[in-house]
Amino acid sequence: MERSRRREVLSADDVGRALTRIAHEVVERNHGLDGVVLVGLQRGGVWVAEALAERLATAGAAPPIGTLDVSFHRDDVGLRPIVPGSVTEIGFALDGAAVVLCDDVLYTGRTVRAALEALNEYGRPRSVQLAVIVDRGHRELPIRPDYVGKNLPTSRDENVTATADGVVIE
Amino acid sequence: MKHLLSIDDLSAADITDLLDLTDHMVEIGQRPIPKVPALRGKNVVSLFFEDSTRTRTSFDTAAKRLSADTLNFAVSSSSVNKGESLRDTIETITAMGVDAFVVRHRSSGVPQMLTAWTTASVINAGDGWHQHPTQALLDCYTIRTGLNRRDGFDGLTVAVVGDVKHSRVARSDVDAFAKLGARVILVAPPTLLPTHVETWPVEVSHDLDSVLGELDVLYLLRVQRERMDDGLLPSLREYSTCYGLTAARAGALPGHALVMHPGPMNRGVEMVVDPGELPGSVILHQVANGVAVRMAVLFRLLGAGTDLKGHA
Repeated sequence: MERSRRREVLSADDVGRALTRIAHEVVERNHGLDGVVLVGLQRGGVWVAEALAERLATAGAAPPIGTLDVSFHRDDVGLRPIVPGSVTEIGFALDGAAVVLCDDVLYTGRTVRAALEALNEYGRPRSVQLAVIVDRGHRELPIRPDYVGKNLPTSRDENVTATADGVVIE
Repeated sequence: MKHLLSIDDLSAADITDLLDLTDHMVEIGQRPIPKVPALRGKNVVSLFFEDSTRTRTSFDTAAKRLSADTLNFAVSSSSVNKGESLRDTIETITAMGVDAFVVRHRSSGVPQMLTAWTTASVINAGDGWHQHPTQALLDCYTIRTGLNRRDGFDGLTVAVVGDVKHSRVARSDVDAFAKLGARVILVAPPTLLPTHVETWPVEVSHDLDSVLGELDVLYLLRVQRERMDDGLLPSLREYSTCYGLTAARAGALPGHALVMHPGPMNRGVEMVVDPGELPGSVILHQVANGVAVRMAVLFRLLGAGTDLKGHA
C-alpha cells in the first residue's frame, strides 16, 4: 500500500534541464561569474553544487566549490540526535564573494538559517544566494530561494527526495 | 552517553564514533572564527583538585569553542579549605545549575562517586592511578591521523614506556589502543609495572632496545620524580640510560614511527633527545588534538538529544 504513494515528479532529464536553467540564471543575476562561489550543504546539497559547477564551466570559468556541514549551528541541538555529515571544506576566502548556497530540498528553512550563520565564521560575503532543486513549502522562517528547480506543493507527512536521477515524493 | 569515566565504558565503535566527530571539531578549530553555537546555555564546571596545565586549559578552550559557559572552580580558594566535604561542594554547585563537571582528583574513583551526587554529566579528567579517558582519546586521534589509520589500529605495534604502575595515562591508553586492535608492549623495569599485569591485553618487556625496530608508535610516560623516594628506581640517571629516548634510540626507530608523550616532559630523563628535532614527534599535535577531542566529548554528552547509539 505504502509503495503506491511513491510518484516521480521530475525525471533525470527534467532535473538536468532545471540545473542548466539555474546555471544561466546565476550568470545573469551576477553579470558573469566574477567572485561567484558555490557552497553545497551537507549532505544533500553537495551534488547540486557539483552539477551546477559543471554547467557553469561551459558558460565560462568553473567557480570554486565548497561544502558546509551545519550540524553545530542548528537550532535543535539537544532536541534530537545530530548526525554530522562529512567535514566542512571551504578552501577559499569568502570575503567579498558572491556565495550561491546549494541544497536539494528547501523545506522549513532552518538548515538555511544555520548555514547563513555558519558562513559568517568563514568571512563576509558580498552576497548570499540560495539555489534549490525543489521548494516544497512549509517555511518556518522568513527565507526564500533565489533559484528554484521546481515549486512543489506537498503535505508535511510526505517525503521528498531530489537526486540527479529525479525527484520523488513518497 | 551520560558520563565519561573510563575507557572501559566505551566500545571500539564508541571510540571510533568520537574520533569521527573529532574530525569536525578540528575543522571548526581551523576557521577564521573557531566558535560554533552548539552548546549555548550549557554550563561546564571544571573542578581540579590536582594541578594541571594542559588538561584544564584544553577543556576550557573546548567548552568555549562550543559556546558553553565555563566556570573554573578554584579548589585552593574555596570552602574546601574550611572543611566542606566533597559531597557538599558538588551539591552546592549542582544547585546553581550545571550541565557537566570536569573532574580531576588524586583519588581513584572520585568521578564515579560524583555521579551519585549530581544530575549533571561527569567527565573524568584524571583520577589517581585509575583513568584519564580524554588523554587516551586524543592519543588515539593523534595516531589515527599521524599514521592515517581511520579504520582502527590492526597490525600496529605500540610500546608504552616508563612508570606504568602509577600512570592513569597508561591504563587508559593501553585499554583504548588494544580496543582499536593494536598490539601493545609495556616496557619498564619490574618495579614500575603494575601488579596483575598478566591480566592486561599487553606483552611485557624490560629491554627497550630490543623492541624499538618493530614499533609504529613509541609512547613515553612521564617519570614521576616523587617516585624516586619510594625506592623503585636506583637513580634518574640509570632510568635514563636504560629507558630514556636518546638520539641513538631515536635512530633505531622505523622511519614512519611516531614519538608521543602526554606531558609534562622531563627533559634529560625519559626524553634525552630534543623532541623538536625528532621528525616523528607528534607531541604538540597531541596538545592541539586535545582541544578537538574534548569538544567531541562535550558535544556527545551535552549536545545529543537522545543517545545516538540507542543503548537498548
